[in-house]
Amino acid sequence: MAALLEVNNLSISFGGLRAVDDFGISIKKGQLYGLIGPNGAGKTTVFNLLTGVYKPNEGIITLDGANITGLKTIEINKAGIARTFQNIRLFKDLTVLDNVKAGLHNHYSYSAVEGIFRMPRYFKMESAMNERAMELLKVFELDEEAGYLAANLPYGKQRKLEIARALATKPKILLLDEPAAGMNPNETIELMNTIRFVRDNFDMTILLIEHDMKLVSGICEELTVLNFGRILTQGPTSTVLSDPQVITAYLGE
Amino acid sequence: MSFISYLINGISLGSVYAIIALGYTMVYGIAKMLNFAHGDVIMVGGFTIFYAVSMQGLPPFVGVLLAVVLCTILGITIEYIAYRPLRQAASSLAVLITAIGVSYLLQNLALLIFGANTKAFTSVVTIPAIKLAKGQITISGETIVTIISCIVIMVGLSLFINKTKAGQAMLAVSEDKGAAQLMGINVNRTISLTFAIGSALAAIAGMLLCSAYPSLTPYTGSMPGIKAFVAAVFGGIGSIPGALIGGVVLGIIEILGKAYISSQMADAIVFLVLIIVLLVKPTGILGKKIQEKV
Amino acid sequence: MKKYKITKNVRDNILTYGIVILAYFIIQMMIHTGKISSLMQGLLVPLCIYVILAVSLNLTVGILGELSLGHAGFMCVGAFTSAFFSKCMEDVITFGFLRFALALLIGSLSAALVGFLIGMPVLRLKGDYLAIVTLAFGEIIKNVVNVLYIGKDSSGIHFSMKDSLSLGLMEDGEVIINGAQGITGTPKDSTFTIGIVLIILTLFIVLNLIHSRDGRAIMAIRDNIIAAESIGINITKYKLMAFSISAALAGVAGVLYSHNLNSLMATPKNFGYNMSIMILVFVVLGGIGNIRGSIIAAVVLTLLPELLRGLNNYRMLIYAIVLILMMLFNWSPKLVELRKRFSPRRLLNRTREVQ
Repeated sequence: MAALLEVNNLSISFGGLRAVDDFGISIKKGQLYGLIGPNGAGKTTVFNLLTGVYKPNEGIITLDGANITGLKTIEINKAGIARTFQNIRLFKDLTVLDNVKAGLHNHYSYSAVEGIFRMPRYFKMESAMNERAMELLKVFELDEEAGYLAANLPYGKQRKLEIARALATKPKILLLDEPAAGMNPNETIELMNTIRFVRDNFDMTILLIEHDMKLVSGICEELTVLNFGRILTQGPTSTVLSDPQVITAYLGE
Repeated sequence: MSFISYLINGISLGSVYAIIALGYTMVYGIAKMLNFAHGDVIMVGGFTIFYAVSMQGLPPFVGVLLAVVLCTILGITIEYIAYRPLRQAASSLAVLITAIGVSYLLQNLALLIFGANTKAFTSVVTIPAIKLAKGQITISGETIVTIISCIVIMVGLSLFINKTKAGQAMLAVSEDKGAAQLMGINVNRTISLTFAIGSALAAIAGMLLCSAYPSLTPYTGSMPGIKAFVAAVFGGIGSIPGALIGGVVLGIIEILGKAYISSQMADAIVFLVLIIVLLVKPTGILGKKIQEKV
Repeated sequence: MKKYKITKNVRDNILTYGIVILAYFIIQMMIHTGKISSLMQGLLVPLCIYVILAVSLNLTVGILGELSLGHAGFMCVGAFTSAFFSKCMEDVITFGFLRFALALLIGSLSAALVGFLIGMPVLRLKGDYLAIVTLAFGEIIKNVVNVLYIGKDSSGIHFSMKDSLSLGLMEDGEVIINGAQGITGTPKDSTFTIGIVLIILTLFIVLNLIHSRDGRAIMAIRDNIIAAESIGINITKYKLMAFSISAALAGVAGVLYSHNLNSLMATPKNFGYNMSIMILVFVVLGGIGNIRGSIIAAVVLTLLPELLRGLNNYRMLIYAIVLILMMLFNWSPKLVELRKRFSPRRLLNRTREVQ
């Protein structure tokens, strides 16, 4: 089977420093894939390259057979990549429900005029959006808080809401940037279950950055290890994690 | 020949803008706020000199000294009462609106004390004009004093910031308030000092402005204030050389625009140039580029 | 939960419309019973103008989250284009209502167009830079209008930026826009009732926009532009949409303004940055993003100097002091904390705890 996300020879430099150098990855549909490495290895930079926040100096990114290299962020989202952020980026002054409805933006369309003059299509689309958004919120057990402002959610739920919002854009692949950061062990276990649930029930492919080794070894099927912007090793999780190079990179000489 | 005269006038007006722009740029750099009342401090300086020299018959240099002292105290007081309580406010708009309130306050105080009619300001400059090129170009005493003041202030301020401890503290606070505090810098005092310097410069600008354009009303400082702010943004807000470049370029454009294009459109031309510069270089000529980290 | 949220929005909006309509009927009654001075009556249309300006600026500042200091410029565009139209058509369309409706359409559309054209290049600037550029555009608009000469005669419309003579009008010609003298003799079509209708129209557009898919996108951009981009929201499109609608509504205020005056001139007072700043004061004091607050702040702050008229020269001074104190009271973190501690609800809860 052909890969869903195929990246080759991806590189970017910032003022002479090669932040990501010759990065390549191949993720099959339905896979749960982990991107790990010490702090400053360039993991988030890879995400920023994949989602068009940065334009790569070199390399090709192919999603589901289509070349998406160099496209703008919104075009990449429309092509099928959605993400979450290391430092949570919610729409703080919107309700939880509206955060997810914002994610549904491109899938339930009506014009500004139809919205302002409350034409039939407005009501039809809004109720469809509400229904779909509530469905998503239920998956993440956020339906009770639908009317809260996003800023008032506890930390763990904010992380979940960000995933729900990303899923609302109907992506082909979901990129999660340190989803377990700041969570306690119980919350992390719960999160692992949610991620598995999303993969199985939404037929989703997931690429995640994570430092929590329990989460990585618990759910990721394959791993790529980055160190100083270059790939140290990649392959099945158990092989990678027992690689002495990886242990050295994490613990030092 | 008239072109050179216009150019000199432009540099002179621009020097005044540069001195005012310094006040804007320093305050913006350190307190991250638009001090809309800065232009009105110029007016207060002008009225102080007018009161001391024209009404009380004091010697000009005493009047100027008085204006500098009064404006310095005024600047520190405004910061302490009106701006400091809002430094941690949830919206940066709050302190902007308060500054507008302070601007109204100063204007209406002046209106109450001195009335609305225009006062004829007697120039405090006593240096005679110089004639060049067989009398075809005249450089007035005011122009000479203005340009020299501007150069002295620029050099002095650069030395102050780069060579003194207080100046280094100002740089540190403008980089990162929290870190500066942890390094033992008294942030409040540093911000007060910035307002003091900016306001003292405004008093000098008031003297120069009113000597060159000798009419004084409670609204005198308003438009030059806005234009000096434009100059500060133009040069890259937060940058001291930027304020100089912005001020002088703006002054030249304004005078040349008035002379060769249309006197009514001069302001529009100034603003148009600002817009074009910002569209090409969104943080001004010498501004730093700040990118949000994702 | 879902039902609750929707009804809450609806209830909120009904309250806003209700306040406007109630105020209208109370004032109408006061007029009929002679309880309102002619001075106050003269203020009614300006009040409507300020309310529309404040609500429309709140769309840019509160909902889109961008600082604009050029709102008066858009009002200026609406005022002049519509007054020009009304003057030209005074003899052609004698039915006043239709003429005013068309003037309204022209005023708002041209303001929207100018807003769109300005917004396209400048909306990528941020914060204070955007503020100063919008201020600059407002001043340019005012300046250009002041050197604009347009006249018409039997051969058509003539245009100049020098003086009225260079229009080269024929004997039957008439100068309509006369440079700094502006337009005189615009039909006086604005009334308090029309003003209120236009406020309601403005509210209808702004409130319905906020609670729709496009409003959600605009607020998403305000809250987090990077996240909005990552979920496929077109930043430029929605920034421009909010900015242009805001400009169009400022244009509506301009139409109301120009049709309330016999002679329309662009001065620093009515279309300069001072006006833009005053509108911003309404918005911030009424609560950024709070539409009802904008209405109340616009009314209170317009009436305040009038109520202080007895204090003569001191009134603007008091206005300034009140403005500073209100800002400190509303926004100072220390005072906000203090207010929370001594709020009636909190004290009530505490006594309950003690019991």
